[in-house]
This record gives sequence, structure tokens and C-alpha cells, in this order.
Amino acid sequence: MATLTRQQIASAAAKQGILIAFALFMIAFAFANPKFIGLDNLSSVVRSSAILGVMALGVTFVVISGNLDLSVGSMMSFSTVVVLDLHDKIGPALAVPAMFAMTLALGALIGLLVGYLKLNSLIVTLGMLSAIHGLTLSYSGGKNMDIADKAGTWFSVFGQGSALGVPMPILIFAGLAALLGVMLSKTPFGRKVYAVGGNATAATFSGVPRARTVFTCYLLSAACVAVAALIQASRSMGAQNTVGQGLELEVLAAVILGGASLMGGSGTIFKTVVGVLILGFIQNGLLLMGLQFYVQFVVTWVIIILAVWLDIAAKRGKLWSRIA
Amino acid sequence: MTDPVQSPVLRLEGIVKTFPGVRALDGVSFSVLPGEVHALMGENGAGKSTLMKVLGGIHRPDDGAIYVGGERVVMAGPLEAKANGIVFIHQELSLATELSVAENVYLGELPRKRFGRVDWKTLAARTNAILKKLKAPFDARTRVGDLSIANQQMVEIARALTVDARAVIFDEPTASLTDAEKVVLFDVISDLTADGVGIIYISHRMEEIFKITDRITVLRDGQYQGTVATRDVDEEAVTQMMIGRKLDLSRSALDHELGEVALEVRGLSCGELYRDVSFQVRRGEVLGFYGLVGAGRTEIAETLFGLRDPSAGEILIDGEAVRIRSPADAIARGVSLVPEDRKGQGLVLGMNCRDNMTLPQVDDLKAGPFMAEGAEIAIFDQYRDKLDIRTPGWRQKVGNLSGGNQQKIVIGKWLSMHPSVLIVDEPTRGIDVGSKSEIHKLLRALAAQGYAVIVISSEMPEVLHVSDRIAAMYSGRIMRTFTADEVTEDSLIQAISGLGDDRAA
Amino acid sequence: MHKGRLSAALKKGAIWGFIVIELIFFSIAGEYLSLSGKAFMDYDNMLLLLKQSAPIGIIAMGMSLVMINGNIDLSVGAIFAIAAIVLLDSMTWPIFSGLGDWVIPAAWLLALAAGTALGALNGLIVWKTGVDAFIVTLGAMLGYRGIVFMFNGENPTSHLNWTLVDMAEAQFLGIHTPTWFLLGVTLAIWFVMTQTVHGRNAAAIGDNREAAVNAGIRVGPHMMINFALIGFLAALSAVVFYSESGSVNPNDGRLYELWVITAVVLGGARISGGSGSAIGALGGVIAIQLLRKGLGHIGVDTSTVNLVIGLILIAVLILDRQLNVKGKGELRV
Repeated sequence: MATLTRQQIASAAAKQGILIAFALFMIAFAFANPKFIGLDNLSSVVRSSAILGVMALGVTFVVISGNLDLSVGSMMSFSTVVVLDLHDKIGPALAVPAMFAMTLALGALIGLLVGYLKLNSLIVTLGMLSAIHGLTLSYSGGKNMDIADKAGTWFSVFGQGSALGVPMPILIFAGLAALLGVMLSKTPFGRKVYAVGGNATAATFSGVPRARTVFTCYLLSAACVAVAALIQASRSMGAQNTVGQGLELEVLAAVILGGASLMGGSGTIFKTVVGVLILGFIQNGLLLMGLQFYVQFVVTWVIIILAVWLDIAAKRGKLWSRIA
Repeated sequence: MTDPVQSPVLRLEGIVKTFPGVRALDGVSFSVLPGEVHALMGENGAGKSTLMKVLGGIHRPDDGAIYVGGERVVMAGPLEAKANGIVFIHQELSLATELSVAENVYLGELPRKRFGRVDWKTLAARTNAILKKLKAPFDARTRVGDLSIANQQMVEIARALTVDARAVIFDEPTASLTDAEKVVLFDVISDLTADGVGIIYISHRMEEIFKITDRITVLRDGQYQGTVATRDVDEEAVTQMMIGRKLDLSRSALDHELGEVALEVRGLSCGELYRDVSFQVRRGEVLGFYGLVGAGRTEIAETLFGLRDPSAGEILIDGEAVRIRSPADAIARGVSLVPEDRKGQGLVLGMNCRDNMTLPQVDDLKAGPFMAEGAEIAIFDQYRDKLDIRTPGWRQKVGNLSGGNQQKIVIGKWLSMHPSVLIVDEPTRGIDVGSKSEIHKLLRALAAQGYAVIVISSEMPEVLHVSDRIAAMYSGRIMRTFTADEVTEDSLIQAISGLGDDRAA
Repeated sequence: MHKGRLSAALKKGAIWGFIVIELIFFSIAGEYLSLSGKAFMDYDNMLLLLKQSAPIGIIAMGMSLVMINGNIDLSVGAIFAIAAIVLLDSMTWPIFSGLGDWVIPAAWLLALAAGTALGALNGLIVWKTGVDAFIVTLGAMLGYRGIVFMFNGENPTSHLNWTLVDMAEAQFLGIHTPTWFLLGVTLAIWFVMTQTVHGRNAAAIGDNREAAVNAGIRVGPHMMINFALIGFLAALSAVVFYSESGSVNPNDGRLYELWVITAVVLGGARISGGSGSAIGALGGVIAIQLLRKGLGHIGVDTSTVNLVIGLILIAVLILDRQLNVKGKGELRV
């Protein structure tokens, strides 16, 4: 049993290690630049992480169920463009539900392909990334979308409003996180998601409806994308049709940073929120250090690999791989 | 004795191998002569596969020595074993199916020309030479995936012959072969022996043992029982050597009334896997299924649980004909299955004990939209006490429990569903002796409580101890169904070895 | 022919059949729907098709090798862009100022070296950490693209060297330079995959990794070589294309990995590894390029083309699963 304890320690260290590293990092940044710790900066980071965070909540379900969703970035672009366009055509009260319906339809399609047809989720969502990108370009005719009368609509409340002094995006993010967190940890559906991701065969042998569970996870992911698009559209009141480009990787990085395993079966909403914040603060810290905006992509790359590597290494008990 | 004593091609002396908690091999010694076919027999758990893994370089023995051709060898791994002339033909084939026969035979050792090019000519020539020796009906360029299982097995054998093999070990080689294909295999074996190769033949099939082997070595409980010349013994004598111990056949006598027929199966078939299977199980009785791997027992269980579509036949539950299309269907109809592979099929190792136990009924344990965690914990507590499951608490991840306790979680999971029919496949595989007998007692107790129980097992003492009736299967058919009173070890072994005869026990 | 051979042969030939169908369809549809006066199957048009297939095609050859090895590479688009930047920008570096037109081969070498190094880095990470190739290259897709943007922000990088452009635009024997490269690379990769020990071992690893390891094949080095090779080819593709064009945008090469994978899968490779061919991949590339050209010929806009290609990939996956589904009596998990 000695090896078991060593593995447990290593695994605990790996998980806690990220939090410890993050804490040290925050302290270091605070010393380097006191602005970092200021309330203004902190709340601005949380607010701008909200969009990514909302998307990450949905992707958490997909990842725990043992799959991937690389289409969320282009889906978000699509939904943002659609809601902005429809806002001027049929008014915000109709545009929002219409956008939700269209986004959910896309999610349902993916859920059908991965859940019921059992296709490889990496390839399918990669293909959908391209297909939806094409759809967006087609729909927008290549032009940027703008709301004509920005001041005269209540639509801006989602992205720019606030209640009790807290900005709306943060409220939406927190509220959605609470709701989905309870769903994942306290409902039968959540239990099924963990089972399917942990061991799909054993889940089937226990009567869990695998296809339906996976399908629902993709619906949830699409719903979260729709909410994120709403916040984005309402915040900037206009968008390029590439607004969501690349977000799928950052979302994945946040989920992985939060400790979810890409093999499925583990992770929680709370941990994803932590991952989102960690990523947001790292990016913010880099900016405050005067580094170029794009450096964060390189840093995210390193983070993804390190996080997965440490997770795998903790499980097998060895740092380096022995694949000959 | 007029034959001069030949020096053995392979000799084992005092091999000892222990794993945590069990002494798998306890000082085993025997030798294999050049050109002989030497059978290795014993029940499941007797130590045959451990011994072969030691010979094949997969395990290092804790004590004892191995001699090849008189020289002591120490083997660090399978490649070294092969280099020493010991080759192992596994039961599960491991080939690269998209590649050609030649590429598989010389996997990792492709002959080269300059610039890293493959020397196809040499490769084909060498491979065809080996194939010719084996009288194989295919040539070196054939894609392995296009070959039948029997021919793929021949590719594995060909792989073995790329070196000068001194000893070749076959592990249940005829499990997936037709009669005609078996004849071809036996020809190959006799060609090998003609070349002076020593063959170790592991099998349960009496018919084959008595057809092709020269000597038989028997292991029992990790210990060497003896080596006999095949022509000097008969099946009964060998069986006696294999079983030997006094079996505790005591069973709580059937002191309860048998209930109605809970499950009836009529003429059930599933392609090649099993044919024309019919049986009944009443409430209050345990029906055991005994047979070799591939006999079709697990496949029947899978069909009853909705994981396989039968090609013919009927299933009746409580007298009503049903079609079971999925595990969810089966569960709804009151059928529960404790599967063969508890880690791969029975448990989500990363989830805790309670969640694993309540998984099948997760939709029914609700308080509003949420899980009724109190009720869940109550279920866990109930079965933890009933089954004596040792775990620090329900939050413990199931993967951290011992095998015996893991199995109890699976059993508890299904008992809490209050099924009409409980099917248990290999209930005590890989479980320590203490937990084994607990589970056996439990199965008897369940019958006494009125469950209809089916137990599938490959261990004879287990199936004899636990069952009221035993269905002996061979090659997809039920050869004979015994009652507890009439069954004997000999007749049971004969039935599952394909020696179907209706001799009164 | 052994049983199963016929269906396997049909599967392999399928992509060429598909190409023929496309040619027929677009020729006929073009008569009614096309705005240009020319026929679809015009000789010049077809030659142009091959030239336009070169950028994706060259990379697809590398992807064939990587996929038969059981891996995947999602960072090829970003490596393509980095190599292009290195190519064009290095020609303006002060170190080379005295070389005159000899700066061209120097730039080529630098670009190729950059691509190979980035590919080898991916391979090294996969080998030594054991992290799955798709995660490693997914991260690299982001990280390498970040490096692209770090170089010049959102601005294009350009350099025009007329000697280079002339060379790139030249035609030998009536066939464009890029097409020659495509054919050459296809031949070379075909050779590596089918005639070399490395190629056959790579296929064995992708087909049955455990058997390969037990046979003593060293998995890590083989994988790293293949990743370095695809990095090299991504750079080569950039060299061939940008020598002529002279200007690269930081978003260039986005989604190339998707098109490349689609082409390779269309050509008969399986995502799980163990099967695939260079010739099949060539067929896949031509089929996709034909589709783009054909749809454009009948007036469909480019964004819809993206949509169609994404959907085709999905259709191929479904088809592949259907063809591999076994009959009744199988375990339904």
C-alpha cells in the first residue's frame, strides 16, 4: 500500500500545487505592480472573465462526460452576430429567444452526432467549428454587425448594466455557476454525467442512458454559449464575425486548469470557476507587466500542457513517460 | 527402460512466485523433453498461467531456476525469453491487423537494405519458408485482418519460429477453432516436435490431451502434483490428480419451498455464440452455469441483460414473454447482472461507494429535482452491514477498496434493486479466500430469501458448493443439467470437456 | 482475392470515384449555372486545380504519416504561418544584406528549419511527457499562433523579391512549380510509408501499440520523427506558396489542419491509426479542391464552401462508422 499513498500524495500535490503556484504568482504580481491588487483591477478582471467563464461552465459538463467541444468559439461568434442582427430587425424581445433557439439547435446537432451516432467528438466539433464559421460569414455577408440605435434599447443591460453595485456579467456568471453547480453535484442528471465520463461501459451496465446524457451535455454547452453571446453582444453593441475565435482553447485551458481530467469523470463547477479566474488573472498580470497581448496565448499553451502533464504524471506515479 | 535418458530442452526447478496474500507457485519442478508434447493441467487458479508468465519472462520468480538446454537462464522480459528459445502463443492474439503477414511475423525485426528501406525480397522469402513449414494456406503478403482466426493464430506461431525455438507454449489454442482447423494445428505441432522442439500444451479439453500429448503434469493450488505418461492414465485418474482435496459439498439443505418459475428460456440462440439453450430458474434456487471459456455462459447472461440480441428463441419472465433491448429494459423487468469484469463493467472506479451503489436507481431516489442523499446513504448503510463491506466510509472511492469489497459493492448495488432474477458472473474471481466464502454464503442466503439466482463460474468447488442445479456447457450448448444430488466432479468435467454422454453418475 | 479484399478495394477506390462524380456534376451544372463562358473541365482550369491543391496537399502528406502512427497534429496551420513569416522577413535581415539573391536559399533553409524545429518540439513533448498528441498540438495551435501575432501584431508581413517570384511562377514542362512539389512530396511520403522500416514500424505502432512495444519497436523516436517531418512539410508548403505571393497575414493558415485531416480521412485513413496512404490523401485533397472550385464555378460563395466541407467531414465519419459496424449479436455498449 506504500505506492498508493505516494501516488495519492503526488496527486494531491499536483492539484493543490496549482492553487499554491497561483497564490505565489498573485503575490509576486502584487509586489511587482500594486495596481494588480486594486479593487478596480480585480473587479475588471472578473467582469471580463465572465464571458469566458459562462462558456466554460457548459464545456465542463461536456468534458466530465468524457468528450470535447471545440465549436464553442465559432458558435459564440455566430450567436453574437445573430442576436445583434435580429435586434434591429425584430426587436430585442424576440431576438434573444430566437438566438437561443438557433444556438440550441446547433448544440442538438452536435449532441446527436457525438451522443447517438457515437462519432469522435474531437473531429466532429472541429468540423462544426468550420461549418459554423462558414454559417456566420454567410449570414453576416462578411460585414460587422452593429446595433443602430445603441442608446435607445434596454438590450445593453446584460453586458453593461449592474444591480446592487455588481456588474451584470458577474451576476449572470455567478448565478449560472450556482445553478449549474447544483445541477452537476446534486441531481440525478449530474450523477449520470460523472458515470458516463468515468466509465461509459459500467454506466451502460447500470442502466444509465449514455446517448441521452451526452446529448444533454451538448445542449447545456450550447445554452451557455448563448448566454455568453448575449453578454458579449449587449456589452459591445456590435461585433466582428470573428469575435469568438480562439475562445474554445481558452475555455479548455480554464477547465483543465481547474483540475478536470480530459479523460472524463472528474471536475466540478467550482473548480472550473477557479480555473477561469486563474487564467483571467494570469492574462491580466501579463498585461500589467507590459507584455504584449499575444503573449498570453503562449502562456496558455504552456499552462495546458503543464496541467495535463502533471495530472497524468500524478496518476502513473512517474514524471517522465515510459512509452519507449 | 531401453531409451537413453534424453536431456530436457526445458527444465524448471523449485519455482516459487508469490503475490501479496497468495503463494501462486510453491516450488514447482518439471521438465520438458525435446520432441515431446507435454500437457500442463490444473483447475483455474492452480497456477498454470502464472507459471507460463514466469517462463515467458513476464514475471520474475522469487525463487528457483530455469534451465534451457541445460544452461541456466534469467529472463528480463518477453524479448529475452524469445532470444532464449522459449516462445509463448497466447490465447488472445496480438497482431497488427492492417499489416501483412510477413510484417507481423518479423515485427520489429524487418530486414533492411541501405537507406532504411525494407528488404521485401528477403522478408518474403524467409516468411514464406516458415509458412511452408507450417503448411499455411496463405502467403506472406496477405493482410492479417483478412485472415480467419485460425489462420491468424498460425501467424502467431510463425512469429514464434523466426528464432530457433527450443520450447513452444500453447495456451488453450483450440478455443476458437473448428474441428478441421484443429487438425491443421495438431499437424503443425507434430511437425514442430519432429524438429526436436518441446511443446507445453495447456488445456482443459480431455479429448485433445489424450489425442496428442505424451506426458501430463498436473498442478493443484500452486503445487506440483506429479507427471504421468499419457498412455498410462485415463481421464478419471487425471481428474483425481487435479482435484484431490476433500470438497466441502455441504450445503444448507434445501429447507425452503421452491417458488414459481421466475425466468424461463426456450431455444435461445445467438449466432455462433450459443445455440438452442433452454432452462428454467425458480425463486429460491441457485442455477449454476459451469464450462470453459468460450462455452457461451457469459453471452447468455449478456443477452438476458439486454446487451446482445438473440437470433432465435424466447425469454419469459414470471411467465410473460419479453423482449429485452437494453440494460435499462432488463432492469425494469427485474433482471440484475453482476458482471464478469467488476472494474471494467461493474464499477465506476473514480466514484465513491455510495454513488456506485445507487447508480441504477438514481432517478427514483429524488426529493424534488435533487438527489435524496439521506435515502442514498441509508441504502449504502443497509448493504454495508448486510454484506459486511469494509470501507472507511461511503465517500471512499471504490477504486481504493480491495477486490472482495468491490465485489460486495456491486452485489449490494443490484440487491438494492430487489430483482426477480439475479445473475452473477464469476462472483469471486480474483478475491481472497475469506471473502470468497462470505460471498458463497451470501448467495445461498439469497436463494433462501426467495431470489432466483444464476451463478456463472469457472471454479468447480464454487459451482458445486453454491448451486442447487448445474448446467454444464460446452461450445455453446448445454450438454447436461445436473441436480446437486446427482452431480460428481468427474461427470461434470466430462460434460464441459465435450465428452457428452449420459452415463449415470 | 480474399474475402473482405473486395470491400477494402472498393473503399480505397471510393475517393477516385467521388472525384469522377464531382467532375461530371460540375461540368454539367456549370453549363447552366456558371457565369463564366468557359467549361469546367478546361485543361488550364485543371492544371490550376493541381497548383491550388499544393499548399494543403503537401501538409496532408505529413498528416498521413502522423495519423497512421496513431497521432494527430492540430498545429500545422500555425507552423505554416510561422514558416511564412520567417521566409519573408529573413530576406530583409541585416545579416544577409551582402548576399544579393543568395538570400533566397538562406531564407528557405531558415523557414524549413523553423518548421522542423516546431514539429520536433511537439514530438518531443508527446514522447517524454506522455500527454496525448491531440492535447499537445491543440495547445501548440494556440501557442504557435500567439508567436505569429507577437511578431507583427495584426499586420501582414511582406517582402517582394522578384527573382523569387519568377522562380515560383515558373512552369516546367507546362506544370506549375507548386504542382511539382506536391507530386514530389507525395512520392517521397509514399516511399517512406510503404518502403522504409521507419514507415512500417510507424504503421505497426498505430495499429497495435502493445504488440509493437512487445516486439521491441521504440515508439517515442518514431513519433518524434513524424512530427518533425510534418513540421518540415508545413514549412515547405509555406515556402512554396509564399515565394510566389510575397505577403503573409497573421491569420493565414487558420483551419488548415481541419482541411488536411478531412482530406486524409476522405482518402481512407482512420483516426485511430494503423491505416492510410499517401495516394489516398492526394485523392482526398483533389476531391476537396475540386469541390471548392466546382461550387465557386456555379456561383456558390466561399463561406458556404466552408460550411459544406465541414459537413462532408461529418458525413465521412458517419459513413466510416456505418461500414465498420458489425452485425447482430454484438455487444451493445
